[in-house]
Amino acid sequence: MKNLTTEIRGIAKKLLEDKRVDLIVGFERGTLPLRSTPCFVRRSEEVRRLIWNASCENNLARYLPKRTEKIGIVAKGCDTRSIVGLIQESQITREQVFIVGVPCSGMIDRKKVDATVDGKEIFEADERDGEVILKGRDFELSVSQNELLHNSCQTCSNKNPVIFDALVGDKIEEDGKVDEYKDIKEFEALSSEERWQSFTREISKCFRCYACRNACPLCYCQECFVDSSQPRWIGKALNFSDIAIYHLIRAFHTAGRCVDCGACDRACPIDIDLRKLTKKIEKDVQELFHYRAGMSVENIPLLATFNPDDPQEFVR
Amino acid sequence: MEEFREQKDQWEPKIIAFLCNWCSYAGADLAGVSRFQYPPNTRVIRIPCSSRISPLFILRSLQHGVDGILVSGCHPGDCHYISGNYVARRKFAILNNLLEYVGIEKGRVKFSWVSAAEGKRFAQIMKEFAKEVKALGPARKLVKSKIKV
Repeated sequence: MKNLTTEIRGIAKKLLEDKRVDLIVGFERGTLPLRSTPCFVRRSEEVRRLIWNASCENNLARYLPKRTEKIGIVAKGCDTRSIVGLIQESQITREQVFIVGVPCSGMIDRKKVDATVDGKEIFEADERDGEVILKGRDFELSVSQNELLHNSCQTCSNKNPVIFDALVGDKIEEDGKVDEYKDIKEFEALSSEERWQSFTREISKCFRCYACRNACPLCYCQECFVDSSQPRWIGKALNFSDIAIYHLIRAFHTAGRCVDCGACDRACPIDIDLRKLTKKIEKDVQELFHYRAGMSVENIPLLATFNPDDPQEFVR
Repeated sequence: MEEFREQKDQWEPKIIAFLCNWCSYAGADLAGVSRFQYPPNTRVIRIPCSSRISPLFILRSLQHGVDGILVSGCHPGDCHYISGNYVARRKFAILNNLLEYVGIEKGRVKFSWVSAAEGKRFAQIMKEFAKEVKALGPARKLVKSKIKV
């Protein structure tokens, strides 16, 4: 990980010195172990701040829409797919971004770490050959990194960047063995009533902080339908019906665009399983239209086009 | 008419039909002028094209206590705006699956293609739909409850 950091710093420094970009968006050390935060570097002296490790989980594509300057961005596999989506939707031009792609073997879920150490405070965390060494007041624990990964990372099938101008580190081999949609298939197999009960249970927890919307790189509308007062699509109070509609529509708006980076899921303060909805749509999109979001800038966005032979068995 | 007459003690579903101006609305009109009978539970809302439908229209209808929603447009290939219904069809497919996935009863929301010449077919679809919705019972799942004071 150390050499990835050096490589990223080197590239960033060169980009800023050559004035190829005005801004570098990357990660810096956070205030707590396993907590890297997004960082914005404008001067070449500051590239020292940039780091890379297994807690660089944020999807930095979030910071791209509606930017006017030239940006260098450090991006994982899923982030590059989001960037492709933004380019497809003309939120940013390809020329404007310099993508520093980093093959990623998954990011660590701090909630899983907390569960592993029974909520004890961690002072230091080191990564070494697929192991994470957690150090606290009177314990030192070595855990396999794979066990601590986010759910979205465990089923990830795009570990390598799909577009990049510079690649840092070696490409990771993807076996394609994991079934991305295992959870979704299990859920689909339940009865209609069970599904409704489960959906109700999850969604009733929501107090509509909109963190999921704000973390999503694709939610860039100037006025979101939940904020709109003319027309006022849904009520603002904590009414189950309004909350359910918010979640259904939020998920629907990601149709053919969601790359399952898991940003919404991570942002949720009360652990609502948001990927249950977005992943289902992703699965449908793949099955019905054979489309996978964010794979090529040449593709026309799914819902902006059609095929006369699209499935229509559900229409009478 | 007898068979459709509402009885006081019997629950009758409320149905909204979103009909595209160029085909299905004209189809409903034809059903009217041809005196084809269909259940009076239907409230028709005219829309310019089936692609005008936002999923929010459908969900808000359910929220306000509508029991069945029919969205109807021109047959594929016959859209007044060339490709509106093709684009809409993709959205409908995803929405249809999503609603069923979270546990909204299958058949609450229906989609159909009805041309301006298919008055008879329109009446037939409405008859069948009203019967199905009646069998499903009132839609309660997404209805917005009033605050208890």
